[in-house]
Amino acid sequence: MTNIIDTLETAEHPETLRRVAIDPVSRVEGHGKVTLLLDENDHIHQVRLHIVEFRGFEKFIQGRPYWEAPVMVQRLCGICPVSHHLAASKAMDMIVGATLTPTAEKVRRLMHYGQMLQSHALHFFHLCSPDLLFGFDSDVAKRNIVGIAAAYPEIAKQGVLLRKYGQEVIRVTAGKRIHGTGSIPGGVNKNVSIEERDYLLKDIEQIVAWSRESVGIAQKLFEKNLDLYNSFGRFKAHTLNLVRDDGAMDLYHGGLRARDMDGNTLFDHYDYSHYWDVIFEDVKPWSYMKFPFLRSIGPEQGWYRVGPLTRVTQCDFIPTPLAEQARKEFLAFNGGSAAGATLGFHWARMIEMLHSAEQIRELLHDPDLQGTDLVTKGQRQERGVGVIEAPRGTLIHHYKVDEHDQIIRCNLIVSTTHNNQAMNEGIRQVARQYLDGRKLTEGLLNHIEVAIRAFDPCLSCATHALGKMPLEVELVDAEGTMISTLSRSMDGAFSYQNDNLATD
Amino acid sequence: MNNTSTFQLDGTDVPFESGQTVMQAALAAGHYIPHLCYHPEFKPHGSCKLCTVKVGGRTAASCTMPAEAGLEIESDIEELNALRRTLVQMLFAEGNHFCPSCEKSGNCMLQALGYDLEVHTAGFRHMYPDRPLDASHPDILLDFNRCILCELCVRASSEVDGKNVFALAGRGITKHLIVNARSGLLNDTNIALTDKAMEVCPVGVILKKRVGFKQPIGERRYDKRPISAQALDDAPRAPSGAKHE
Repeated sequence: MTNIIDTLETAEHPETLRRVAIDPVSRVEGHGKVTLLLDENDHIHQVRLHIVEFRGFEKFIQGRPYWEAPVMVQRLCGICPVSHHLAASKAMDMIVGATLTPTAEKVRRLMHYGQMLQSHALHFFHLCSPDLLFGFDSDVAKRNIVGIAAAYPEIAKQGVLLRKYGQEVIRVTAGKRIHGTGSIPGGVNKNVSIEERDYLLKDIEQIVAWSRESVGIAQKLFEKNLDLYNSFGRFKAHTLNLVRDDGAMDLYHGGLRARDMDGNTLFDHYDYSHYWDVIFEDVKPWSYMKFPFLRSIGPEQGWYRVGPLTRVTQCDFIPTPLAEQARKEFLAFNGGSAAGATLGFHWARMIEMLHSAEQIRELLHDPDLQGTDLVTKGQRQERGVGVIEAPRGTLIHHYKVDEHDQIIRCNLIVSTTHNNQAMNEGIRQVARQYLDGRKLTEGLLNHIEVAIRAFDPCLSCATHALGKMPLEVELVDAEGTMISTLSRSMDGAFSYQNDNLATD
Repeated sequence: MNNTSTFQLDGTDVPFESGQTVMQAALAAGHYIPHLCYHPEFKPHGSCKLCTVKVGGRTAASCTMPAEAGLEIESDIEELNALRRTLVQMLFAEGNHFCPSCEKSGNCMLQALGYDLEVHTAGFRHMYPDRPLDASHPDILLDFNRCILCELCVRASSEVDGKNVFALAGRGITKHLIVNARSGLLNDTNIALTDKAMEVCPVGVILKKRVGFKQPIGERRYDKRPISAQALDDAPRAPSGAKHE
């Protein structure tokens, strides 16, 4: 039993257990579910986060001309398309043999920091603040952004306007707020005009100030709920992220750094154009999503965690002063406890948002943004790899292009895929801590969602769900007979097929 | 201007010169009539039927109908626009038109007409034809997925370039664009980047390689004004780029 509870990935005798499913979980592009297997005493034997979606982009990009990739592949996502737009562009830079001009790189960086700002603001304020400010099992009727707007109008307003500003940065650099075309193989198709620069400059000081306040909100949440935030879904993980040559946080470009769960460096400043020598992808029969692992550790134990918590804790420093100060305070907090906590993701995310705001301010004062040398090319290559630190973590795009300019192979390892096993570990911990041996309630179910949300997995429908995603929990006995059902509709209303389930 | 040299289009007097079609006269006067296979530099073709108008209660293709004094023509009326909407829906359903990642987006007449005619739904089940690209030419890409069989490339290659690089083959629903080479590949034709045939595709079939998306959003033809506000751009003009007598 101890062994089973330790892993919780695969129960020894699933045929004897009850199955409880959260399906769909509005997490990964709308098609994910969590399944729990319970015995007659409500003890949990198996917990899995299934990504049941099949996107197919790697297949249908085949045959298309390579310059189409940055525009087509970004359609994977409506939340952080800029990340795919830029990762594909970086891969295509390799294909066309380009070394970017200063203007091209800075316009792309500006686009990326705008993306980071809007995505982090969206996640923290719109999606997670209801859990964090009201409580995980608070009144579900109020646990949403509308409830936040009523109880904390200033915080809600700041969240909306921070996101809006990031979207405007994207519009100026990419042509559209969502799914623009600004980045092309070898550079960009437009610079930032004086008028556009001045338009963004007029609000940037306020954005930096609000970002600082957001870091303060995340810190206060930790201080007020220290035991909960320290322990909730806590687990140790290896890490992977990009760092600049000098070890600084760099969200746009760098070398790969991997450390084991004890902090030992496995590789550093690794040239990502050969990522497959250090990372491999495992396949499990119960999920469409692959399970990447560090080759040096192996498929069983080599899974790792990416994203804000990893980047903030594993970089040597953040190259903007306010975010660097915030990073130091984060690492020093309570003897360093927040740096290893799953809910530390939120604090780290706000530090990155502050960093992005500072970077935008710095770039807007750089005259290179108005340069006119936008595109370069060089020796044509057959293979291109682009890696970027997307809001949710390391994002890898890998293409092979034939002599006719057609893509013949594509491999995408998105941030959520890197975090697949880590998210599973997170919800298993929560299941052990809060669900094992107890009657299921909506509030308890939300604990699982809170753990998943901490990772901010890339799922567009969560943008709309705001804690009201449709859920259906079925209790089925070993013979497959439905015992009871707890349902939550899109409008947040609950319905019960019988009263076997307790409610909160 | 006297009565003998004008006709009425949707209640407005439109002057014309002898020998002009209704379409030519309307466009020259700044009145837009939807069209896809019409091009100001080529003989009218009359195949897409988008330019269908009502004359005295009967329908006619305005691109082939000679202008006559005193005609009373209806064009911008819901009855005809509904039919045009259906024609555009059918064109979208017949091919593989994936505007979000198409480099012709913003410069595409079919897309612009879709917006202008307010085509909000597919209307028909998509046929998803299997049409592989021809990327054999080092500088030119053919994406047959988007072909609407307007034959402008056929006419341009034949009438201006004097090459006959393109033709339509097959009949009915199997009709498709082919190139004039035994191998069936564009690389084995004598097409050149400077050919008129490279300029006239109203959709995204004939493309110069490696320049896609270099034009920013906001600077593309239909970003600035809807297609219905660009009648004068398609007004009659002398053929350009002729290399063939």
